[in-house]
Amino acid sequence: MDAERVRLLATGLVVADPGRCVQCGICSHNCPCGIDVRAFARVAGAVTDARCVLCGSCVARCPRGTLSFTLLRQWT
Amino acid sequence: MDVTRRHVLVGSGVAALAAAESIRQADSRATITMVSAEDVPFYSRPALAYLLTNELPESQLSIRSEREVAALGIERVTGLAEGLDAAAHELALSGGRRISYDRLLIATGAASIQADFPGAALDGAVHVDGLSEARDFVARARRARAAVVVGGGSTALELVEALQACGVATHYLMRGSRYWSKVFDAVESAIIEAQLIEQGVQLHRGCTVREAVGAKGVLTGVNTVDGRHIPCDLLAVAVGIRPRLELARAGGVATERGILTNEYLETSAADVYAAGDVAQIYDPVTRMAQLDTLWASALAQGTTAGLNMSGVRVAHRKRAPMNVTRLGGITVTIVGQVGASEDPDLLTLTRGQSERWMTDTDSWSVSGARTGDRLRVIVSGRVIVGAVVVGDQRVSRPLAHLVGEAVDISQLRPMLDANPNDAMDLLLSFCDAHVSDRTADHY
Ligand SMILES: Cc1cc2nc3c(=O)[nH]c(=O)nc-3n(C[C@H](O)[C@H](O)[C@H](O)COP(=O)(O)OP(=O)(O)OC[C@H]3O[C@@H](n4cnc5c(N)ncnc54)[C@H](O)[C@@H]3O)c2cc1C
Ligand code: SF4
Ligand code: SF4
Repeated sequence: MDAERVRLLATGLVVADPGRCVQCGICSHNCPCGIDVRAFARVAGAVTDARCVLCGSCVARCPRGTLSFTLLRQWT
Repeated sequence: MDVTRRHVLVGSGVAALAAAESIRQADSRATITMVSAEDVPFYSRPALAYLLTNELPESQLSIRSEREVAALGIERVTGLAEGLDAAAHELALSGGRRISYDRLLIATGAASIQADFPGAALDGAVHVDGLSEARDFVARARRARAAVVVGGGSTALELVEALQACGVATHYLMRGSRYWSKVFDAVESAIIEAQLIEQGVQLHRGCTVREAVGAKGVLTGVNTVDGRHIPCDLLAVAVGIRPRLELARAGGVATERGILTNEYLETSAADVYAAGDVAQIYDPVTRMAQLDTLWASALAQGTTAGLNMSGVRVAHRKRAPMNVTRLGGITVTIVGQVGASEDPDLLTLTRGQSERWMTDTDSWSVSGARTGDRLRVIVSGRVIVGAVVVGDQRVSRPLAHLVGEAVDISQLRPMLDANPNDAMDLLLSFCDAHVSDRTADHY
């Protein structure tokens, strides 16, 4: 794992813009770690599951541009 | 006096579900009965587009876990509500069952309308409103050799995409000269059309179906006004939708294009509320009562209706209507007021749309086009009132914020005027500097 990735894993997370989400489930379906991203997006507004490896699959596949990465310190 | 309030919700779409959730949050003891013609777990209707293209299995459709549904403590009744005695506070189902209520929510959604030419009821002419139609569509598309799609808006292209995914030769017939002229300008339509042609869709511009024809009641093709015959075994129709008003009208509830409500989602009948695609809600800011057929609007309205039904008085505040959709493989965001022109392909409102988009405004637009990307910003006075973002979506999130919050852009406007092709970069740096939104820090 390169240094940038280690830094991201320690400091980053996937957040959702709920106004864009239509709860389609494409994100959950494509998460390699089996995380129900859709539920996290709705309930918490962010994927707070420790299994998340920040692979970006959900961010890239979401057809609505709902998900993005942010720095943990900027997410409250 | 300690009484348990009886809530009855008609419909099981997102508006009714959101209402049930907010009722339960406000009142743990209330009884909630949900009557719906659909007998399936709660699902996302927009997700049907991805079920059709086989990007999503049906097992992923459910939007609430069994635990969450159980915690809501609702009684689900499958059936069609067809009578309403508003004075007696009683709902009548087909088959004779009657259900009394203290508060009633009508969240019956909207249904596709039939095409306006002969033969539109033949076996093989289809539309997609819900899961059962989506299943049927997929089964038919797998057997079909050639299909004709008529209509417009995002639904027409979702059906085109579904047919392409099944390898069906697809003809998309447009009555007008270009795609979705109600919302798009000529450049935007051309970008989407070019993409469709590249994907092998046969586009027919200025082409009106005279009749659908068949043998023994089964579709075999369409005849066009200009004398052509296109053989097909599937005719996918997306010419518009109409709110389901039968129940409200049966109960004497005031309706126009939808069920009329005030900002508390109250209808003209005491203790009867409406939310979602079926509701035409008065907005005290614009002083207009308009329809939305958007997921996010239905959800917000359902939540507010549920609170008001529970005695928590909350006014519904309309946000800038927004839809993000994929058209011919290109992501498109439409937000706020984007202007209107005639669209002969749509007889009524389409899915995923807001009447607010069509509101005329004293507007000025700026556009910058790079290969396949386009940005159109509609400015009125000192604020951006609407935007269409085609392709590159970096700017869509900040733009939605500028529209939603009516941010003063008078400093930016001369720069946009002078350099329309740099609109994307100018808007991004303006947002970085002026929007104290945590989304601006995302990477
Ligand atoms: C294929 C498709 C794609 C879409 N794409 C988008 C999109 O990209 N973006 C977007 O914002 N929106 C989209 N929409 C629209 C969005 O799904 C709707 O705005 C939203 O689902 C409306 O929710 P609702 O609860 O008001 O109505 P609905 O979800 O339509 O629910 C109505 C319910 O009422 C039931 N019902 C109706 N009449 C009766 C009766 N008399 N008795 C009992 N039950 C009854 C119906 O069976 C149904 O369960 C799409 C819709 C479809 C179908
Ligand atoms: S893919 Fe995007 S729109 Fe769909 S449920 Fe996930 S976050 Fe929401
Ligand atoms: S970033 Fe990857 S691991 Fe994390 S939730 Fe998204 S898809 Fe799953």
